[in-house]
Amino acid sequence: MIPTSHYLVVSLLLFTTGVIGVLTRRNVIIVLMSIELILNAVNINLVAFSQHLASLDGQVFAIFVITDAAAEAAVGLGIIIAFFRNRQTLLADEMDLLRW
Amino acid sequence: MIQEAYFLLSKYIWQIVDGLVIVAIFPLLAGYVVLLERKVMADMQARLGPMRVGPHGLLQPLADAVKLMIKEDIIPESADRAIFWLAPVLSVFAGMLSFAAIPVGPGFLIADMNIGLLFIFAVSSMGIFGIVLGGWASNSHYSLMGALRSSAQLVSYEVAVGMAMVSGLLLAGTLSMKDIVEYQAHSGFWLVFVAPVGFVIYLIGSVAETNRAPFDLPEAESELVAGYMTEYSGFRWALYFLAEYSNMVVVGSVATTLFLGGWLRPFAGTHAMDFLDFAPPLVMLGVTGYCVYRIPKQTGWDQKFIMAIFAGICFVVTVPLAVVLAPGLAAWKAGVHGAFWFIAKVMGYVYVFLWARFTFPRYRFDQLMQVGWHYLIPLSIVNVMGVATAVVLHREAGWNPVVSIGVTLVVTMLAALWLVRAGERREQTALKSAA
Amino acid sequence: MTNEILFYFFAGLAVLGGVLVVTMRNAVHSAVFLITTLLATAGLYLTLNAEFLFVVQIILYVGGIMVLFVFVIMLVNLDVALHQVQFNRQTWVAGLLSFALLAELLAAVALARSYGEENWLFAAPHVPTVTAEGNTEQIGRLLFQNYVIPFEIASILLLVALVGAVVMGKKRI
Repeated sequence: MIPTSHYLVVSLLLFTTGVIGVLTRRNVIIVLMSIELILNAVNINLVAFSQHLASLDGQVFAIFVITDAAAEAAVGLGIIIAFFRNRQTLLADEMDLLRW
Repeated sequence: MIQEAYFLLSKYIWQIVDGLVIVAIFPLLAGYVVLLERKVMADMQARLGPMRVGPHGLLQPLADAVKLMIKEDIIPESADRAIFWLAPVLSVFAGMLSFAAIPVGPGFLIADMNIGLLFIFAVSSMGIFGIVLGGWASNSHYSLMGALRSSAQLVSYEVAVGMAMVSGLLLAGTLSMKDIVEYQAHSGFWLVFVAPVGFVIYLIGSVAETNRAPFDLPEAESELVAGYMTEYSGFRWALYFLAEYSNMVVVGSVATTLFLGGWLRPFAGTHAMDFLDFAPPLVMLGVTGYCVYRIPKQTGWDQKFIMAIFAGICFVVTVPLAVVLAPGLAAWKAGVHGAFWFIAKVMGYVYVFLWARFTFPRYRFDQLMQVGWHYLIPLSIVNVMGVATAVVLHREAGWNPVVSIGVTLVVTMLAALWLVRAGERREQTALKSAA
Repeated sequence: MTNEILFYFFAGLAVLGGVLVVTMRNAVHSAVFLITTLLATAGLYLTLNAEFLFVVQIILYVGGIMVLFVFVIMLVNLDVALHQVQFNRQTWVAGLLSFALLAELLAAVALARSYGEENWLFAAPHVPTVTAEGNTEQIGRLLFQNYVIPFEIASILLLVALVGAVVMGKKRI
C-alpha cells in the first residue's frame, strides 16, 4: 500500500502548479483551467484521506467539489464569451475597465 | 518482481487472450458492418451493391482496408501536427476500450467490473475529443464547424442517453453488465418490456451519439463536405471510419445487454421453448447450405473457390454450436450459444440504424437540438421518475408489478403527449410572430 | 508492487500534465494536457479504491467540463493570442511566492513526519473493509441519507449556474 503522505505530495505539486498558473498567465481560459487543476488537487487530498480514515465522507465531498467545478466552469466560460464579444480579447490584464 | 509478473500473467491470461481476440476481430467486424450497410442500402434502393470483389462482394471490406492503407497520407500544412495525429487514435481508443466491459456470453467477457455500465458510458464520452480535436487541428472551416456541431450534439444527447440507462439500472439494481443480464434471466423478462420508453429514448439518443443519419449533422455532405474529417485521408480517415462503426457496435451491445437480455435466448426461462436452442446451429447450417447452393452459380473458378471457403467458415462455426460436448465443456457451449444470440441481437440493433439512415431525411441543426432538449431530455427525466415510482410501488407497497408498471407507463405517455402538444404550440406562436 | 508502479505512473503523469497546462502557449494544447492530468487523477482514484469517483471524474470532468472548455476555445478561436506575451508582469513575484507556498506546505508534511503519533500519516493506511455492497451503493446511501441537504444545495447551485450561463451567453446583456 502507498502511504497517504505520497498522495498529499502529489496533490501539493498539482496545487502549486495551479496557483502559479492562476497568478502568472494572461489568457483567461488558461487561468480557468488552472483553477480546475487546483480543485483537482483538493479532490486527490479528499479521496486520499477518505481511504486513510476508512470513511467514505471524503469521496462524497469530492463529488460536491466536482459539482462546484462544473458550475464554476459553466459560469466562467459564459463570462469569457460575453467579455470576448465586447472586447475581442482574452487577456486578463486588459479587463481593466469598470464600464464601457 | 519476476515472480509477481508471472503471477499476474497466469492470473489474467484469459483476459489477455480475450482482449487480443477482440482487438484482432474487431476491425474485421466493423468492416463487415460497412459491407452490410452497403448491401442494405443497395437493397432498399433496388440495386445490387458491391458484387465484384469476391462473390457478392464478400471480400469488399478487405479490399477497402488495403486501399485505405496504401493511399497517400496527407497532413495539411497549417494543421497542428501533434493533435492531428492524436485525434483519430483517441477516437478508436474510446471505441475499442468499451469492449473491455461488454459480456458477449456467459464467461465470455474481459473484465466483470462492478461499475461496468458507467465505465462504458465514461469511455464513450471520451470519444468526443477525437472528433473535436481532429476538427480543430485540421485548421479548416468545414472541419471546425463539424467539430463544433458534433460537440454540441454529443453533449446534449449524452444527458438523454444517460437518463435512459438509469431507467434500466433502477430495475436491475446493479451497474455490473454481467449482473444486469443475470437479473433479466432471473426475473424472466427483458427490461425492454418493463422500460419501453427508456429503450426508445436510448435508441434515438444512440443514433445521435454515433453521428448517424438522420442526425449526422457533423458530417453532413451537403453542408460541410465531410465535417470534422474533411482534411483526413488514408489510414487516419480509416481510423475515424473504424471508430464510427465500432461505436455503433458498442451502443448496440449496451442496448442489448441493458434492454434486450444480453446473451439470453428468447424465452430463456421457459422450458417449453427449449427447442429454440436448436436455432443457432440450424441457422448457421442454413447459411452454409445457401453458400454451397450458390457455389455453382458463381462466375469463374476463383469466385467459386472463395464461396466454398465462406461455406467452410460457416460450417466451422456450426460445429461447436451443434455438437453435444463432453459434460465438462457444457459451460463452454453455453458461452458459444450466448455469443450467437448476443451477436444476433447486436446485428439486429445495427440493422435498425441502417434502416433509419435510408428512411429518414436529415434534420436541420436547430431541429436536432430541439429534439434533444425539448423532447428527449424532459421525457427521459419523466421516465426515470416513472420507473422509480413503479419500483417503489412494487417493492414497498406490494403492488402487482404489471399494474404498477402499466400505471407509470400511462403517465409517462401522457407526459410525452403533452410535450408534443407544447412543441406544436410553440411552433404555432413562432410562425405567427414571424408573419 | 503493481500498486506502486501504477501510483508512480499516474502521479508522474498528473504532475507533468499540470506543469504543461500552465506553460503551453496554445490554449488547446493546454486543454489536452489538462485532460491528461484529469485522467491520471482518475487513475489515482482507482489506486485508492474509489471506483465510483473514477467514473464520475471521467464522465463529468473529461466528458463534460473539458468539452465545454474546448468548445469555448474553438468559439473564440483567436490566432492573435498566440503571438502575444503569455505571462503577466508580476510573473517573477508570483512564481517566487508560489514556490514559497510549496516549500511551506512540503515543510508541513515533513514536520508531520517527525511529530505524528507513530507516523500514522506515513504508514500504510487502513483499507476499508470490503462489504457486500460496492463503493457505488455506499456512496449513494451516504449521499442521499447523511448529505441530503448539501446535495439539494448543490443542485440549486447547478440550477443557478445554468441560468447564469444562459444569461451570459445572450447576445446583449
